[in-house]
Amino acid sequence: MANYTENELAKDLEDQEYKFGFTSDIDADTIPKGLSEDVIRLISHKKEEPEWLLEYRLNAYRIWQEMIEPEWGHVHYTKPDFQDIAYYSAPNQTKKYESWDDVDPEMKETMAKLGISLEEQKRLTGVAVDFVMDSVSVATSFKAKLAELGIIFCSFSEAVQDHPELVRANMGTVVPHTDNFYAALNSAVFTDGSFCYIPKGVRCPMELSTYFRINQGGTGQFERTLVVADEGSYVSYLEGCTAPQRDENQLHAAVVELIAKDNAEIKYSTVQNWYPGDKNGVGGIFNFVTKRGICGTNSKISWTQVETGSAVTWKYPSCILKGDHSVGEFYSVAVTNNYQQADTGTKMIHLGKGTKSTIISKGISAGKSQNSYRGLVQIHKNAQNARNFSQCDSLLMTDECGAHTFPYIECKNSSAKIEHEATTSKIGEDQIFYCLQRGISEEKAIGLIVNGYCKEVLNQLPMEFAVEAQKLLTISLEGSVG
Amino acid sequence: MITIKNLHASINGKEILKGLDLTVNAGEVHAIMGPNGAGKSTLASVLAGREDYEITEGSVDFDGTDLLDMDTEDRAREGLFLAFQYPVEIPGVSNINFLRTAINEIREYKGEEAMSAKEFMATVREKSALVELDPKLASRSVNEGFSGGEKKRNEIFQMAMLEPKLSILDETDSGLDIDALRIVANGVNTLKGDDNASIVITHYQRLLDYIVPDFVHVLYDGKIVKSGPKELALELEEKGYDWIKEEMTL
Repeated sequence: MANYTENELAKDLEDQEYKFGFTSDIDADTIPKGLSEDVIRLISHKKEEPEWLLEYRLNAYRIWQEMIEPEWGHVHYTKPDFQDIAYYSAPNQTKKYESWDDVDPEMKETMAKLGISLEEQKRLTGVAVDFVMDSVSVATSFKAKLAELGIIFCSFSEAVQDHPELVRANMGTVVPHTDNFYAALNSAVFTDGSFCYIPKGVRCPMELSTYFRINQGGTGQFERTLVVADEGSYVSYLEGCTAPQRDENQLHAAVVELIAKDNAEIKYSTVQNWYPGDKNGVGGIFNFVTKRGICGTNSKISWTQVETGSAVTWKYPSCILKGDHSVGEFYSVAVTNNYQQADTGTKMIHLGKGTKSTIISKGISAGKSQNSYRGLVQIHKNAQNARNFSQCDSLLMTDECGAHTFPYIECKNSSAKIEHEATTSKIGEDQIFYCLQRGISEEKAIGLIVNGYCKEVLNQLPMEFAVEAQKLLTISLEGSVG
Repeated sequence: MITIKNLHASINGKEILKGLDLTVNAGEVHAIMGPNGAGKSTLASVLAGREDYEITEGSVDFDGTDLLDMDTEDRAREGLFLAFQYPVEIPGVSNINFLRTAINEIREYKGEEAMSAKEFMATVREKSALVELDPKLASRSVNEGFSGGEKKRNEIFQMAMLEPKLSILDETDSGLDIDALRIVANGVNTLKGDDNASIVITHYQRLLDYIVPDFVHVLYDGKIVKSGPKELALELEEKGYDWIKEEMTL
């Protein structure tokens, strides 16, 4: 049995158009564009939220108004007009489905186009999918099975209604509403997302998966994800993103918080494939995301991401290694093509003794794109014997693209050991010629070489995701060698 | 099989091949020998379709089609195989995946169905035994961390898997010890048939003790200057290339 990363690459790669570039025509309940305290009150009211959450939102909004949009990223874009965004959009169905048969056929079709038929997934893969169509979850599977183990996996809104104490105790403890401009905005206007709680000592028996999807034209998505792994528990969480093709820029500012209590482990994997804009750099998603996890004693948080989409990406999944002997990992493949810009990396904050972190970053630049790695390794004074290993590789496909590395290291403990390796290479003409001489087309050759280059990261992904990620890499880089 | 007429090729404005003629028929093995810089590897590269070279004159007929008019990958799909002098490493891509991709691309080109995983693995076992290639190497990344001998054996293994019509072996003997040389030669001899042919490019006569050619050609200054039976190789080994050069200047 060949390794899964060795699977034959997708056959239907001829179509260079964005594969998921379609819009579902579903009635949506949309609040008019614009942002004010009244809009926030309306969102909170529509979601029947408790008072404390409304206060949380309003606090965040007031702080956000005082904040300045960050400009330090190695990216250039027209700043979004925050009054020209509709902050709430929910598929126009008041009632949750009793069974899968009740789901709107058109919505099912959308899911089929995404290749994630829930029925298939339920039956074949054992993946529980919490599908987010715009802002409200419409289908949650496997809930009963998970409930037997005491695992909570639901939409954020449901969690607010059904488990308010858990949400209140944990929300904002890793990414406070004051954290940064986009985190504050998210805290004020988030509409939905996912919530996951794994009780003490429970090993979640399946990959938990949420597919986010921006659907309503002109609706920014402000997702909120909170994963709490109680002591000694384990969970693997998958997040995958696709979005319809658009001419206008769409803002996405998510917040993801991970809490791994003592001896717990969270594995968080993302395949991100949002519309990157057309060949001339028109349109595309702005992806300004705050992702952070905090580790208790002996716990572990592992971030794996494959980023091929978005016009502008600004994202640093990070780990606060608070507990002694906790472990943080970051495995990333970031692909940019045409006029895409990515400024992505991680922060590893070592607070506890004997904490360890690993950073493997693979950047691939094609077209006229700009791809930056920005990472911080911070060793605090009490972090005795902390260890970090960072490897940042950049692969250039053309002469017009750029690869940049901004590693920051702050070390306040002399017992720490920090290693940083970096390479930059251009895709080898000799390698391509070798493949061509064996009868392999140039496109497939690039797919092979690039997937080989990213193997260390792809190997970290759960199997279904790894296959999807390989295809995405190949699709993203078609016709890109120059 | 292949007919090369008056082939001229240059790189960066410098002419390397200066009117080369060569005809190879099915079932034949041709050896091309010659001193350093004569154009041996250039000939291999030009036939395989490396883009760095500019063809300024001449024609190459490959089984009834104009070879020079074909894309590199189509030449391979039509059955032209080059065993590289310096096989390329492709980190993270297993030999098996690489070969399976190649075989299925070739099959697709010919309008055939993809090879099943079962058939493929059986073929891998059979052909790797032929060149005594450690089956573990088949699962490792293409040529990565292979010894010089393993790389060359891997080239012959690929050749066995792809079953080309015309194989060009570019200095396959370089860097091989005597055992590896025997194994590689044995592979080539086993694959020899009435409907395929080989061009063996070599610097030394040594390889020709194991792969017995039907014809030996001397390539010098971009042209075939002398052709003969296999005994010519022995003569070259004994006398070196100087006497050819002298004959040329006379």
